[in-house]
Amino acid sequence: MSLDLILRVGTKLVLPFILLFALYVQFHGDYGPGGGFQAGVIVASVIILLSITFGLDAAHRIAPQPLVERMIPLGVLIYAGTGVAGLILGKNYLDYSVLSHDAVHGHELGVFLVEAGVLVTVAGTMTALFYAFAERGR
Amino acid sequence: MLLTLLAVVTMAIVRQRSLFGVAILAGIYSFVMASVLIVLDAVDVAMTEASVGAGVSTVLLLATLHLINSTETRPIRRNLLALFFSVGTGAILVWGTLILPPFGTPDAAIHKHVAPRYIADSVKETGIPNVVTSILADYRGYDTLGETTVIFTAGIGVLLLLHRARRRGRAVDEAEDRG
Repeated sequence: MSLDLILRVGTKLVLPFILLFALYVQFHGDYGPGGGFQAGVIVASVIILLSITFGLDAAHRIAPQPLVERMIPLGVLIYAGTGVAGLILGKNYLDYSVLSHDAVHGHELGVFLVEAGVLVTVAGTMTALFYAFAERGR
Repeated sequence: MLLTLLAVVTMAIVRQRSLFGVAILAGIYSFVMASVLIVLDAVDVAMTEASVGAGVSTVLLLATLHLINSTETRPIRRNLLALFFSVGTGAILVWGTLILPPFGTPDAAIHKHVAPRYIADSVKETGIPNVVTSILADYRGYDTLGETTVIFTAGIGVLLLLHRARRRGRAVDEAEDRG
């Protein structure tokens, strides 16, 4: 326990910054390298790091397993729903230009929603896989 | 230099019998690969390679090793046919690259198709400065939807396999408790 002290404190210090970096990668993906996929993996790595240092139960308290498993289909639904929204508003599937008052804004909004969907699915899948393996190892 | 390092790591992976070592070396391989991709100016791909290849898949490999035996058993006999096929396939692939245009040629077919339009118009049409993002999420939205669905399917598949085994294990426990 006492030997873990440095690890625990270090992890606690680093975790918020990793999460912040994930958000940066997600929302700055329009301007620099990054996007939903990379950000999703980084979010999952936050949970994985947490459960390695503080145990699986601590991670379950922050990201409960049912929630994580529901995130997997939820992301795909966000992505596909963005496409359906374009369909309802009278354009082709996944045509974002009708999502906002002018076409360019619509495209930006569409890409934002789609990347959010990718983030949710990737983060959910990676975390759920880690949970599944860790559960069986116990 | 980086490619030499890559070859060294690959040889080490092939020679290594301890699967723990293999998992760590696979992480190193991905990291070197990410550096190669940065040298090739493919920053987005490099980022994915570093986070997925070097990060999460190393963790998942180690988690799998936690469940199974962690040393590779020696092969019972040398499989020369497999060696022949892998060397043959590799030779055919290398032969195929010979007819490709040299790396970086501006008038190669792939740079003549839709790429000039994306580079010229994507900022005007989508308002997104990073062309990679606008191609992935907008022009090629269907492909990315497909990729997301692939991740979804893979995740659900692995979860089904692991959960079913867990439930069966629990059933066995209960049966033992009763018996």
